Formats: sequence, C-alpha cells, structure tokens
Amino acid sequence: MPGTLVIFWGFAGLALASALLCITRRSAVASALWLVVTLFALAALFVLLDAQFIAVLQVLVYAGAIMVLFLFVIMLLNLGRPGPSDVKGPLGVGTACLLGGVLLFQLWILRKAVPSAPIQLPPGSMARLQQEQGLVGAIARPLFDTYLIPFEITSLLLLAAIVGAVVLAKRKL
Amino acid sequence: MTFFLISSIIKIIVVFTVIMVGVALLTLAERRICAWMQDRLGPNRVGPQGLFQPAADGLKNLLKEETLPAQADKVLFLLAPAMSFVPALLTFAVIPFATPLPTRWGDVDMVVANLPVGFLYILAFGSLGVYGIVLAGWSSNNKYSLLGGLRASAQMISYEIAMGMSTVAVLLLAGNVTLTDVIAKQSQSLFTWNVFPLSLAFFIFIVAAFAETNRLPFDLPEAEAELIAGYHTEYSAMKFSMFYIAEYANMVTASALMTTLFFGGWDIPFTQWDNTPPWTILKTVATLAAFTLKVGFFLFLYIWVRWTLPRFRYDQLMALGWKVMLPFALSYLTVIATAIWLLHDQLGWSYGTPFALALFGLNVLLAIPLFFVLDRGHLVSGSVAEEAG
Repeated sequence: MPGTLVIFWGFAGLALASALLCITRRSAVASALWLVVTLFALAALFVLLDAQFIAVLQVLVYAGAIMVLFLFVIMLLNLGRPGPSDVKGPLGVGTACLLGGVLLFQLWILRKAVPSAPIQLPPGSMARLQQEQGLVGAIARPLFDTYLIPFEITSLLLLAAIVGAVVLAKRKL
Repeated sequence: MTFFLISSIIKIIVVFTVIMVGVALLTLAERRICAWMQDRLGPNRVGPQGLFQPAADGLKNLLKEETLPAQADKVLFLLAPAMSFVPALLTFAVIPFATPLPTRWGDVDMVVANLPVGFLYILAFGSLGVYGIVLAGWSSNNKYSLLGGLRASAQMISYEIAMGMSTVAVLLLAGNVTLTDVIAKQSQSLFTWNVFPLSLAFFIFIVAAFAETNRLPFDLPEAEAELIAGYHTEYSAMKFSMFYIAEYANMVTASALMTTLFFGGWDIPFTQWDNTPPWTILKTVATLAAFTLKVGFFLFLYIWVRWTLPRFRYDQLMALGWKVMLPFALSYLTVIATAIWLLHDQLGWSYGTPFALALFGLNVLLAIPLFFVLDRGHLVSGSVAEEAG
C-alpha cells in the first residue's frame, strides 16, 4: 500500500471514530472536543487532496473560531456536566436505526456512481491552475468573479441571521 | 529525500531546544527587568547574576506535590496544560529565521516547514491556544477558574478578528501567503519594512497580540485581584509550570511574528548583501543574529509594558476590541486597499521605497485622528494633564 493511502485510511478512520464519539458522549464539552478532532481529521484529508488552502481555512474557521464559541456557550450555560439520557425509548431508537440504514444504503449506491462528464476536470488541470494563480487565487478568482452574486447573496443571508439574533436577544434596542 | 528528512529532524530539535532555553531565560529576564524597573535587585543568588534560577525553579516544580481537585474532569484537567503549550510551539514551525544555509548536499532553508500557506497556518494555529485555557478553567470545577476560562475565550475571539484584519493589509502588499515571499518583498530597503507602509496595521497587530497572549494590560483571564489566578487556580507543580511555559512560548512566537510580518524578518537594513545569493554561512549567522535581536526587542517590549501599564477592566477590554479595533481595522483595510490600487494599478508604480513612503504618509495622516479618539480628545497626553485641566 502506498504511503498516502495509509495516511488517508488513518485519518478517515480517525474522522469516523471521533464523529461517532461526538454523538455518543453524554457530556456536551466532550462532544464538542471530539467534533474538533473530526474537523482536524477532515483538514488532513483536504491536505491529501492538495487543497491546502481549504484545509487551513477548515482549522482556522471551524476549529479556531466556531468551536471556541460553542465551548463558550456550553460553559456559559453550564451544560458541561452530563445530564439524563435523551434517547426517547424503543420508538426513537427504531426510527434512528431505520434512517441510518437508509443513509448507509444511499452511500452503498453512491459508491459505484461515476460523476458525469461536465463536472469532471481533465487530469492535471488543478495543478496547472495552482501553478498559474497560486493556492489562494485558484479559489478567490471564481468566488469573486464568476460567482460574485451568489457569494454576496450568501453574505446577506448571514447578515440577516445576525440582525435577527440581535433583535431576538435584546429586549430594548 | 533522506537529506530532507535528516535536516528537518535536526531543525526541529534545534528550534525546540532554543525556544525552551529561551523561555527559561525569559522567566529570569522578566523578574530581573521587573526588579530593575522597581529599583530592586531581583533573583541574583543562584549562579552568576542568577542565571541558574530557572533551573532551580524547574527542579522545585518537578518535586512539588501534584494536586487534583475533587470533582474535576480528570482527563481534561491533565490534558489542558499540554493543549495550551503545543500550539505555541507549532506556530513557530513556519517562521523563517535566517537565509538558507549552504551545505555539501545542498541549501537548507532556515525554516522548519516552508509551507505554501504559511501565513494562514499561523492564524489557524494561533487561534487554537485558547482551548488549553478554556478547558483548564472548565475542568477545574471552580467558579473562579470557570470565569477565567470564559474571559479567555471571549477575549481571544474578539481580538483574533482585529488581528486577522490587520494582517490582511500585509498580504495585500506581499501578494502571496508564503512567509518567505512576505520577507523577500520587505527586504528592498529599510522603508519597505511593512512597519512603514502599514504602521497602523502594526499598531492594531501589537495590541491584538498582547490580548492574544494574555499579557498585561490584557491579562484578564488570570487577573489575580479578582479571580485569584483565573484558569490556573487549581493547578500545582509542573502542570502550573506548563501554563507558565506556554505563556512565554506564546510571547516568543508573537514577537517572531511581529518581526516577520512588519520588521523584515531576518533582513539586515541598509544593505542588500544579506538577501542575494550565493548563500554563505556568514550570511546565515548574520541574518540569524538580526532576527534574534528583533525578537529580543519585542520580548523586552512585552516585559516593559507589563511593568508599566495597569490592567484593563473587563468591559473596557471588550469595548476596545469591538467598538474601536474592529471598525478601525476594517476601514483601514479599505483605505489601504484603495491606496494600493491607485498607486499600483492606476499610476503603474511597482513596489519600492517611493511606494512605501507614499503609504507611510497616508498612515501618518490616519494616525492623527485615531490617536485623537483613543486619547479622548487630547492629542497624546498623560493623565496628569487631564487632572490639571
């Protein structure tokens, strides 16, 4: 087995295991920390795909900022100590198993699927693009050029959410 | 490949050792400089000028009793000191500290890992140091520790944004996220050091760096007068020492960052001798000395400020971060981007001394209203003047 494949399976296994631990831990702080481990494993997988920029952003935005905010809120509300289990009896477990089974079935089908020709890039085109425009340019150019309008609309959506949160949280504006 | 592996391992060991020894000496320097500023002697009994004091302290901490508070989360309580300490060292991996060293088997880059995304890597790992502090505060099961942890997370997030915004200006000038390119762009002359064309970005960066390293005047997470010792109240012996080492390692990294981003990295001013090949061992040693001197200066600045300024109040800290630093950093970025566009794209100047001086002039113009606002209407005056008036 080549070296990169060993690394890939290592990090893929780590991502799966930590994601599983994240949803099974009773303590909210432990869950949040296992999620951080998952995000790191995903960042490593991005590096293996030669997408260093996305990998670093993954750590910077998710592990560095969003998860710290999560921890902040968990600690502020003092949710850290494990509470009673929230699994809702045999009906809940049955539904969860059913939905999980459907998801596994879908993944099994997808395993054999081949992406259609229009969304497949010719081999070596990513390396050439990074050579020409640099790591950041390869992402920044489409984002601020071709897809400028969708990008701006997304930021408006986030702004609306922020304004909404402030209006809901503040009694007196 | 073998050569790369061996040279990398040697670099890792050497850099790690140098930082650890530097941190030990820094704890001594802090106490000696503090004593000097307060007209005392400071620790001077162990070895010549107290040089072995850090070793004595280390030995004492190793032999002290380790305490574990009842009801504490054991795993996280043990993990937290390491989690605050590791990111500080990891960040240093991408900082270039000298010109390449020529050897018989080829040139060796004087940086542990020359990443293509080096700059973003720094921001990413710089933001992880807060986990150790937050988890230490939470896992101790002590309300003062918890308050310290909460303060740390709020403070780090607030100032990280201003810090990121101020460094975007550096990227605008460098046009690349590789740290070696950032240094190469600055090494043309003394005035192309980013501190001149981007003086105010440096001002924002240094304030944010003090907040990010939890040093006075922003050491709210451990504020001993209100929180006993904040997040590390419950820690003893070597675990407490780890937080101490982490704080100083963070200072070294932050100083190295200020040097690299704003003061030309290993560049020696007034000469082009040091940044043109062929590389020689003399050049490596000289640039390493220049880098060490600059980092040493910022470390002294950290200590100097600590024993000069009193601690901020918590609401003042938040107000400064969100109501002054962030809006200012954002508007500054717009102004600088416009200026660079005007000079570079409209007038067709290429980056050099005149370009940098033009931007420096703009910074001086912007600095006057900024300091007027920060100084509450006076133009840089002491508190004595306010009392008299």
